[in-house]
Amino acid sequence: MRFAPTGVNMKTISAIIFPVLVLFICAFTLPQQSGLKASKDRGKVVYDTYCLACHMQDGGGAPRMNPPLIKTKFVLGDKKKLIGIVMNGLSGVEVEGEDYSNVMAPHNFLTDQQIADVLTYVRNNFGNKASAVTVAEVKAARPKK
Amino acid sequence: MSIFRQSFYCLMACLLTLSACAGDTTKVATNSPVPDPDNGGIKLPAGFGGQIVADKVGRVRHIFVNSNGDLYAKLEKLKDGKGIMRLRDKNGDGKFDETVGFGNFIGTGMAIKNGYLYASSNTEVFRYKLNEKNEVADGAQPEKIITGLWDHHQHEAKPFTLDNDGNIYVTIGAPSNCCQVQDRVKGSPGQSPCPILDSAGGVWQFKVDKPNQSYAEGVRYATGLRNVMGLDWNTAVNSLYVTQHGRDQLFQFYPEMYSQKEGAENPSEEMFKVKLGSDCGWPYCYYDYTKKQKVLNPEYGGDRTKAGDCGSKEQSIVQFPGHLAPNDLLFYTGDMFPEKYKNGAFIAFHGSWNRAPEPQAGYFVVFVPFGKDGMPSGNWEVFADGFAGADINRATYRPCGLAQGPDGSLYISDDNQGRIWRITYKK
Repeated sequence: MRFAPTGVNMKTISAIIFPVLVLFICAFTLPQQSGLKASKDRGKVVYDTYCLACHMQDGGGAPRMNPPLIKTKFVLGDKKKLIGIVMNGLSGVEVEGEDYSNVMAPHNFLTDQQIADVLTYVRNNFGNKASAVTVAEVKAARPKK
Repeated sequence: MSIFRQSFYCLMACLLTLSACAGDTTKVATNSPVPDPDNGGIKLPAGFGGQIVADKVGRVRHIFVNSNGDLYAKLEKLKDGKGIMRLRDKNGDGKFDETVGFGNFIGTGMAIKNGYLYASSNTEVFRYKLNEKNEVADGAQPEKIITGLWDHHQHEAKPFTLDNDGNIYVTIGAPSNCCQVQDRVKGSPGQSPCPILDSAGGVWQFKVDKPNQSYAEGVRYATGLRNVMGLDWNTAVNSLYVTQHGRDQLFQFYPEMYSQKEGAENPSEEMFKVKLGSDCGWPYCYYDYTKKQKVLNPEYGGDRTKAGDCGSKEQSIVQFPGHLAPNDLLFYTGDMFPEKYKNGAFIAFHGSWNRAPEPQAGYFVVFVPFGKDGMPSGNWEVFADGFAGADINRATYRPCGLAQGPDGSLYISDDNQGRIWRITYKK
């Protein structure tokens, strides 16, 4: 028997496969994207309240005082280290060859959710593109009482 | 081809002749500096002209002009391994065309007095003897006159000035915002008494000619000053004047007491006339720019009304809006500028970083007129402006240092791009 699909058959198959494929893709990406968006939105509120005064609206920081958050290895690199900076603060740091002298206070009063959100926001804003920070990652980094 | 070549040579010869002539013309005008057509990109009062006399010198902090016109610039970051640059105008057109570097340390302070050039690192002060040619005799062998001052990576610069009696006055900035138990942590209380004040948060007096002085040999001349970047000895009344950088984060820490805008304008940046023993109030007190009063800091129980014993502290003589960062102070003693400028104060404002989300501000040079009594005789006014450029939140140039030339012209340095302007007045 010859299997020779007709044009009609092809169309029928595409008509079935395509929406299924779209649904399939959406099923995986949409929740993630909306999860990311929700985290970023919440993160922006945290950023504006606790970070903006020093790191500025555009994440550019202040020359020689407060380091920028734009495409630096601190922001895009090791998440555990980044979470640690938020929790423990930092002072007298060199970033991309420049010294920054101001003191960043520990922000360990922020909840795990707030730290995850604000770092997800920072890692996906100001021209940055990096994976989200999860509550579990923050929890794991927080010193045990 | 040969015709073209001949024409080319002819043209080159003409151009060379023209430029030679132009050079001659400039040399004739040695003693009348020519401002740039656009005043070097800055705005000045009528009658004043600006000229860019050096560019890309490095991170120029404080500057000083020697009696022969050489300008010395202290750099905050080494350039080609050097931390001090001597700029010289060899052809007399006002622009510096020779740069010689020496000194292997970074820092801010720079001055010349009685045959010595003084320069500071963030922990020390050095001096270099000038020779009979009025030049640094040995750039590799300075005398270390002061050593071991605090540098805790916050307010670490050591600007200074000198009087006429062999003393040098050095800032030791407080490595702290408001002497809280935990620096810059919301809710952390202020320490009382503030232990920082024993070693920083003031101006110390040392002798110019004693080697290796430290805290034990110095005198805490004035205290309660968070971070003084501008200091000048006003020879008209023989007294020290300073400009203080006020505290940060009033709105961030106390939003129930300060609106965002009030946080951007508070506390005042202040200018003090200080004497031996002056206590200017930090960290207990600040000057509220909105309420026009010296009151207690909230870390010490302040509510914007309670004054505590702030009334007994040294009161400032000029108050500016918050966070503008007065980085240098110069009393003008020259004869070039009009009479109203004589013995008045120029202040270089580095510009703010901590007014966000309000637009940043400052990035200008201000003038304060002074009377014969050594007190301000009128309101402060912006003298030179436009350094920030198109985006006030990303300033292109930041005024940091001031110096007076032997002819009475005023020099302004920028530590962002390393540009230096000369301001002149044409009657």
